[in-house]
Order: sequence, then C-alpha cells, then structure tokens
Amino acid sequence: MSNNTEFRTCPTTGLKVDLAAEKLIKVNAVAAVVFLAIGGLFGLLVALTRWPEVHLLPADFFYLALTAHGLDVLLVWIIFFEMAVLYFASAVLLGSRLAAPKFAWAGFVLMLVGAVITNIVVLQGKSSVMFTSYVPLKAEPGFYLGIILFAVGALIGCFVFFATLVVARQERTYQGSIPLVTFGAMTAAIIAVFTIASGAIILIPTLLWSLGYVANIDPILYKTIWWAMGHSSQQINVAAHVSIWYAIAAMTFGAKPLSEKVSRMAFLMYILFLQIASAHHMLVEPGFSSEWKIFNTSYAMYLAVLGSMVHGMTVPGSIEAAQRSRGLNKGMFEWLRKAPWGNPAFAGMFMSLVFFGFIGGISGVVMGTEQINLIMHNTLYVPGHFHGTVVAGTTLAFMAITYYLVPLIFRRELMFMKLAKLQPYVFGIGVAGISVFMMGAGTLGVSRRHWDMQFADAVLPFDYPSAAFLMMGLNGMSAVLAAVGGIMFVVVVVGSVFFGRKLEKDEKPSYPEVPPQSAAVAQHGSAESLKIPGTTMLVAIFFIAFVLYYFVNWKYLSEIWPLS
Amino acid sequence: MAITPPSERIWWKEPIAKIELSWIIIAFTWGLIMFFMMIYWHGAGEQNLSNEAYKIKPERFAEHTQEMIDAYTVRNESGFPVVHPPAGDDIYLTGRLYNWWPILELEKDQTYRLHLSSTDVQHGFSLQPVNINVQVHPGYDLVFTIKPDRAGEYGIVCNEFCGIGHHLMVGKIYVVE
Ligand code: HEM
Ligand SMILES: [Cu+2]
Ligand SMILES: [Cu+2]
Repeated sequence: MSNNTEFRTCPTTGLKVDLAAEKLIKVNAVAAVVFLAIGGLFGLLVALTRWPEVHLLPADFFYLALTAHGLDVLLVWIIFFEMAVLYFASAVLLGSRLAAPKFAWAGFVLMLVGAVITNIVVLQGKSSVMFTSYVPLKAEPGFYLGIILFAVGALIGCFVFFATLVVARQERTYQGSIPLVTFGAMTAAIIAVFTIASGAIILIPTLLWSLGYVANIDPILYKTIWWAMGHSSQQINVAAHVSIWYAIAAMTFGAKPLSEKVSRMAFLMYILFLQIASAHHMLVEPGFSSEWKIFNTSYAMYLAVLGSMVHGMTVPGSIEAAQRSRGLNKGMFEWLRKAPWGNPAFAGMFMSLVFFGFIGGISGVVMGTEQINLIMHNTLYVPGHFHGTVVAGTTLAFMAITYYLVPLIFRRELMFMKLAKLQPYVFGIGVAGISVFMMGAGTLGVSRRHWDMQFADAVLPFDYPSAAFLMMGLNGMSAVLAAVGGIMFVVVVVGSVFFGRKLEKDEKPSYPEVPPQSAAVAQHGSAESLKIPGTTMLVAIFFIAFVLYYFVNWKYLSEIWPLS
Repeated sequence: MAITPPSERIWWKEPIAKIELSWIIIAFTWGLIMFFMMIYWHGAGEQNLSNEAYKIKPERFAEHTQEMIDAYTVRNESGFPVVHPPAGDDIYLTGRLYNWWPILELEKDQTYRLHLSSTDVQHGFSLQPVNINVQVHPGYDLVFTIKPDRAGEYGIVCNEFCGIGHHLMVGKIYVVE
C-alpha cells in the first residue's frame, strides 16, 4: 500500500499531504456543505413559520420541515464535516498516508446513501417524528434504516482515523507525541465509537419494531439510551470544534498551547466524564431518583464542563501570548484589537469561542440543573441553548476552518473575499439572535416544536404573554439574518471550489498568509515572561455572568408553585 | 503549535502557568458549589420533584381518571368535565391525542397529589404561565405533590411533539380561593 501512495507538499504550511486523504477530505466537506444548505433552508422555513406575523407553512409541512432540519444539520452536516476533520487531523497533520482509503470511501458511500434514504422518507411525509423519534411515535422503517447506515459509515470513518494514527506511528512520520489538534480529534473519535454503539443498541430494535418484529419498546428505556447517543454526540462536536479553535489559532498566529498538559487533560475530561446515560435529558421524566440525576448531571457533567472552561481560557490565552510576543503589548487588549478581524477564519473562530461560552455553555449548565430544568424542559429555551452550542459554536467553527481548507486542500483561490469577510459576522450575529430570542421565549413558557403559539384552533383558549410574541418576531428576523449568512457561506465556498482559480503546483494562495513561525513564540506558550491579562479579564467577565445567571434562575424557580 | 507535535518532547513535565492553575481551581470549586446547590435545594427549596412513579397500564390510568371525574364533576365547559376534588386528594390528569383530560379545579394553598400519565404517545405537561414543565409517558404514572399558591386560570400546553394535532392540545386548571 504505502509505496503507491502519492504525496504533495503544501507550499503554505509545508505539510506533506496524501492525495488520497485529500480527496476524501474534499468529498466529505462537499457533502457536508450540501446538507447544511438543505437543512439550513428547512431551518429558515421553520423559523418563518414560528414568526407569528408570517406563519409560513401549514402544520403538516411544518412538522416535516422541523424533522428534516434537525436531521440534516445536526446529524448529516456536522458528521460529514467531522469525517473531513478526522482525516485532516490524522493523515495531513501527521504527514502520513491515510490507512485504508478504500474503507474510508465505503464509509462515505454508506453515509451518503443513509442520509439520502432518510431524507426521502421524511419528505414522503409519514415520518414527521422529529429527529429524536421518541417511541411510541412511529416512523417508516426507512427512516431508522437510513440513520443506521449513516452511523455505520461514520463508524468506519472513525476506524480509518485510528488506523491512520497507528500507521503514522509505525512509519515514524512524526517525532514525539501527536499534535494537540490530533489529540482533540482522537477524543472526538473515541466518544464517537461509544455514541454509535448506543445508537445501534436503540435504533436497531426500533427499526425492528417499525417493521413489526418487536411488539413494544419502553419509552423511558428508549429515551435513556437514545440520549446516550444524542448527548455524547454533542461531546464529539465540542471536542471537534475546540480542536478547530486550536488549529485556527495555530494557523493564524502560530499560537502554542499555554501548556500541552493542561489542554490535553481538558480533552481527556470529555471522555472520562462523558455524562452517564445523559441524565440531564431525563430530569423531569418518571422513574429516576434524585440521587441518580444529581450524580450524573454534576459529578459527571461539571467535570466535562470544567474541560470546556479550561479550553475557554487556554485558546484565547495562547492567542494573546502569541500576539504579545510579537510586540502587541499595549494595555490589556491591544492584542485583540489588532487581531485580523478581516480574516474570516479568525473572526468565525473567535465568535464561535465567545458565543459557545456565553450563550450555549452557560445556558446548558443552568438548564441541566436538576430542579431548574422544571422551568425550561421542552420550552423554546432548549433549542435556544443548542443553537448557541451547535450552531454558534460548532457550525461557525466549521465554517471558519473551511476558509482555510478551500485554498489549502481544494487548492483554489478563495473567491468573493469581501463577502467572505462579512460572512462570519452576519451568520454569527443572526445565530446569536435566534439563540437568545428562543431562550427568551422559552423563559416565558413558549413550547418548542409547536406550530401555533396562538392556539387558534384549540378547543380551550390560552394566550402566551405578548412579550413572547415579540421574542418570536425578533427570532424570525434573526433567522433571516442567519440564513443570509448561511447563503453567503455557501456562495463563497461552492463558488470557490468549483469556479475559483486553480492554484499551480507549489503556488502559494494569496489567502491565507503563511502562519508566523512558532519559534517567534517562547519555548512553551506559558513561559514566565508571557502574562495574559486580557484573557484573564475575559474569563473573569465570563465567570461573573455565569454565576449571576445561575442564581437568577434559582430565583425564578423559587417563584413557581411549591411542589414535591 | 497545536498542529505540530509538542516542541518539548517531555511536555508533561512543563510547568503549568499560575493563571491557568488558578482558573482550574476556581472552575472546579464552582462545579462543587453547583453540585451542592442541588442537594441543598432538596432540603431548603420548595420546588423539587419527588420522583415517585409507577408502571401502570394506560387503561388503568384512564379508569382512575374516570372514577375521579364521576365522583367530583361540578360543571361542564366546552365538552370538558370540570372536576373539583377534595383538598389533599389524589388527582389524575390524562394526556391524550389531543387534549388534557379533565379540567381540574383546585383550591388555593391546598396540597394535592397529582398523577400524570398518557394513554397513547408521550406528551409534555407545560403549566402556564407558572412555567412548570414535566414529561408525560404512556405506561408510567408520575406522582408529585403540588400546592397552587395563587388563584387564577392556568393553561396546560403540550410541549412534547405528539402528532399533527400537537398544537391543539390545550388543557386548563382553575385555582380558586
Ligand atoms: C439558518 C440557520 C438556522 C435557523 C434559522 C434555525 C432555526 C431553528 C428553529 C426556529 C428551530 C425550531 C424550534 C422549535 O420550533 O422547536 C430549530 C430547531 C433545530 N435546529 Fe435550527 N436553525 C438553523 C441552523 C441550525 C443548525 C446549523 C443546526 C445544527 C448544527 C440546527 C439544529 C437544530 C436542531 C437539532 C433543532 C431541533 C429540531 C427538533 O426540535 O426536533 N439548526 N432551528
Ligand atoms: Cu400532546
Ligand atoms: Cu403534543
């Protein structure tokens, strides 16, 4: 195998790139973007329907669109892109050949076939069960079958990744330990194996049930195991996008982790404290004890949260250290003010970091508190929270690194640079808007997954407060902004990939610039001379916001009816 | 750099910066505080789920509901019986496609043992505007004690997707002086 592997050398980074790996990165990334476009369109339709003054879709099509939105973006877009990230972090960063490219192709085809099957079945209209498909709601067998095929394909991708790590080690393509970004990707892949196993345990019986071979599936059991997949898959996303934060910091600033040890430990936390059975999705379900809930949400969860809080400091900290070492030393924030805000990869990455922490992170921990969940469960607060994590966090980070992938892996000049510069801001602000306004509506009680907040056709009348309608109007406007940002992204990326100027062999693209040499930075990022007061300030603001918001919600809780 | 192998081969011996260490300690302590807060609230707070739950056949639950309706209905409203059970009683609310059955009329500052279940698919009990949200499963009888502390008319929205009529599923609770 290894003797007929072809490599090229990247003129910008000097990395050795296996052409087979490069091709697989390309196809996975393209598939990802296609499904982001489809799923994002469904998201816009959903948001426009939930805007009371617009109320676009009829009820049946709304529930169909919501099911398709959840599947296409959360599952298909993100996981296809993660496959590209895995191949990049293994073969490319280690300068190795990709192990078993044929298997990787087989995995890709399975994923594609699965995604297409599930989409067709959903569009046929008899499987509008939401992506969670809680039993006893029943979808057509093809719905589950497609997801299972997709998951098997992803599992193959994970094993190709592990095999590549082994190959690289055996063939000594690198010295010492694997890079931090590869390490982060490895934690993602390990969690993915656990995730997919849980998915198989629950979805295969459910498929059989849908076919009529199994009589009954317990709804609580289903939900517990389903979320063992559903929650841990979010931990994959976090591990993947945090790795991308580090990668972009390195590729833009030549930034070094403040300390390898701390950053790697923080990744390890994600595996060690992967929340057991995903208890925070089960806080108001019958049949669990409070001991079980508290143990599993806090012991297990707060240590994973600790991991994220550590990354939240070390990533900006490493950027600050790199900038300061280059003389941007004035005051607290010169390093940040003079950061390349016109570079879409950096702008997207930094907004991803801030929004993930402030919006997605804080709300997630608050909502995952045993008792506070009572005032939030299944309200729009929940989608508000996860658009902060998985859209403003993961999706924005994936978009950001794409701006580097197009010139470096697709070998095309980036087109529409002006549009690209604006894109992260338009998308980021739009998504921050939908997150915050859905959280606001949820705090006022508005239900998620709901076609008509006016209850026009219900037998018994009920009115949400008028502030809730305002929130949903603002949510609709933010959704339009986010959709515009999404379209800008697709235009830039698809335009460049298919019509951008092809780079000559060994030609350096005009964007991105060559990363400054890491030698400019001290031996390790945290060498004594490097103080990071700006990051310390940012972290302090974050912490204060977190503590205040946490206790405000206990206050809200204390105002509802006493119950025990 | 984070995309290259660590420049120090023995990276695990590098010192950790003070500022990083302090943040780890602060964040960890905060995790502990949040952990103990949940336990503290079980003693000091008034809003906790008891986690009392039983397996029950959906038909059995429907029968319990019907017995309560037969005994305590005081009037009818839009085709729903309005039930006024004695204070302190076990009361039953059935979620089903697409209504919450029946309408309950409760007395302010009295406690009731509320039983919640579904006779078909999952539903979401979302009491508004107080904003109490609990998941309702078929086959499980979830029991908790409630003490309505303000009089008024409350809506029950279904906040778990349950089918094409999900948005029609509205119920009602009255709390009277
Ligand atoms: C243009 C961008 C987007 C807009 C306008 C948008 C808007 C929405 C809205 C309004 C909802 C419905 C909330 C409800 O009624 O319950 C929703 C649900 C959801 N969105 Fe998005 N979204 C966008 C992008 C994304 C992306 C990129 C992801 C994932 C990476 C995502 C994941 C989800 C998921 C998982 C749900 C829940 C579906 C369910 O409840 O079954 N969204 N989105
Ligand atoms: Cu319902
Ligand atoms: Cu419903």
